[in-house]
Amino acid sequence: MGTMLALLHRDMRVARRELKFFILRVGIQPILFTFIFGYVMPRLGIVQIGYANLLLPGILALSMTLSGMQSVALPLVVEFGWTKEIEDRLLAPISIMGVAIEKIIVGIIQAVIAGLFVLPLAWLMMGTHLSLRPRNYLLLVLIALVTSWLFSAFGMVMGTIVEPQQIGLMFNVLLGPMIFSGCAYYPWAALQVIPWFQKLVLINPLVYASEGFRAALTPQLPHMPLWLIFGGLMGFCAFFTFLGLRQFERRSLD
Amino acid sequence: MEKVIVVEDLQKVYKPKGRKQSTEVKAIDGISFEIERGEFFGLLGPNGAGKTTTIGILTTRVLPTGGRAIVDGIDVGRDPVAVKRRIGVCPQANNLDRSLTGRENLIFHAEYFGIARRVRERRAQELLERFQLQERADEKPTVYSGGMAQRLKIARALMHDPAILFLDEPTTGLDPQARRAIWDLLREFNAKGQTIFLTTHYMEEADQLCQRIAIMDKGRLLEMNTPAKLKAGVPGGFLIELQVQSADGEVNSLASALPSLAGVVDVKVQNNTIRVYADKVEGLLANAMRVAGEQGVMVTDAHVSEPSLENLFLHLTGRSLRE
Repeated sequence: MGTMLALLHRDMRVARRELKFFILRVGIQPILFTFIFGYVMPRLGIVQIGYANLLLPGILALSMTLSGMQSVALPLVVEFGWTKEIEDRLLAPISIMGVAIEKIIVGIIQAVIAGLFVLPLAWLMMGTHLSLRPRNYLLLVLIALVTSWLFSAFGMVMGTIVEPQQIGLMFNVLLGPMIFSGCAYYPWAALQVIPWFQKLVLINPLVYASEGFRAALTPQLPHMPLWLIFGGLMGFCAFFTFLGLRQFERRSLD
Repeated sequence: MEKVIVVEDLQKVYKPKGRKQSTEVKAIDGISFEIERGEFFGLLGPNGAGKTTTIGILTTRVLPTGGRAIVDGIDVGRDPVAVKRRIGVCPQANNLDRSLTGRENLIFHAEYFGIARRVRERRAQELLERFQLQERADEKPTVYSGGMAQRLKIARALMHDPAILFLDEPTTGLDPQARRAIWDLLREFNAKGQTIFLTTHYMEEADQLCQRIAIMDKGRLLEMNTPAKLKAGVPGGFLIELQVQSADGEVNSLASALPSLAGVVDVKVQNNTIRVYADKVEGLLANAMRVAGEQGVMVTDAHVSEPSLENLFLHLTGRSLRE
């Protein structure tokens, strides 16, 4: 336990030192999106005023998932594939699983920080057009935590499979489709006009995160039923955690 | 004396992965040895001999496929976390934490091992001074020279006062001055009672530092003894190597004529090389050249060397350590 806290202490020290890069990484995309879709386009009359209500939970989900994933995957790719720095952590007096779980916790913390940064920011920018009614704060916290965990574990799977020279490929081939089919920019319920696509996107874990935040922040608008949201989040969470930990152990032991 | 490492019939076989590699590779082929507390022990062998795999198993990073390894009384396979607590490891690759400064590398490492804040800060300062790193202690190791990075890795491994210090090829790629500096440090810590397990493919390094050396090749231990006794194991002690150019028959007849010369103990032929092991060298080279001339064999190069581990390895395997 002491060793795990020490590992966390190290990762937090490094994260704090790189805070400005973290904010740039986490902040720029949501700010631009919020500005264009939540501020510019409603004023131009191109999108309806109410669109901001659909957009904000999606932006929040996207920011949290991406920062959770990146904060686990990127260091792992470099440390396993290139610098071998991970060996130093693996020689600390803690089990390999302990090192892996610590990495996932770091991802969760960074995803939550990203959420805490993006939510008020987007709220401020879209303020006049928003009608958020987060009645159930417990639901919001639960969705945020499970989403962070899910995508940190997903990041671990990526970080232990991808080779350093394939990082660019990972962003284009995996993250691109995930972001665009993730119901971040449109609600899942509205997809009923394209039934095949509505079913297809269910393989994308981001869908459940986006819909989860909609259910928590704008419960008055149509969203996926809660059982499906939690079923999807928990299912993917268990799957990626299992796969990520197994893969981490494989890469760690010869 | 107390045994601090016990290795019994240790094996590591890499199963073929995918289509590229069709046969399994025996990286370690049943080795056994013991190391006593306070000893400076060296594993000497060429690249690919299985040294790093052996250290990998002893430091919990590689799973053996057979045999047993006990480190400080603990079975490595049964309780790797307890083993990690007792060992300090300086691996071959530079695995310093590039996100932290030199000093932070030491302090965080000690924190992983649960050492109290005041103790770890004091010990880091002591080691930084002793390893001559204090001036650059608050810079990141990415700007360190090879020798400095290596010294920091060794200092880090010593931060939690391990029962055994493992060093995998600690001076490979360093210039002679940096190498000497590391040798001095290692001798000093060993003199204070630190048990050290070192692998190297530099015979001079093993000869200078180690109290006992195991010679490893192709996953097996060939010899194990003190440097002096190992060197005494080379027939005669001295070696004359002749590079010759001639037909096979003439080379062989030269080889059969050489043992009659005074001082010659053994003669071995390998392609165009004749190795003459002798217990005295005075006049022997001139005599050998005379015999070669009589046999019509042209000698293109001749080299005389004194008793060394290099000669022993050559004698045992027919190959040079540096190959």
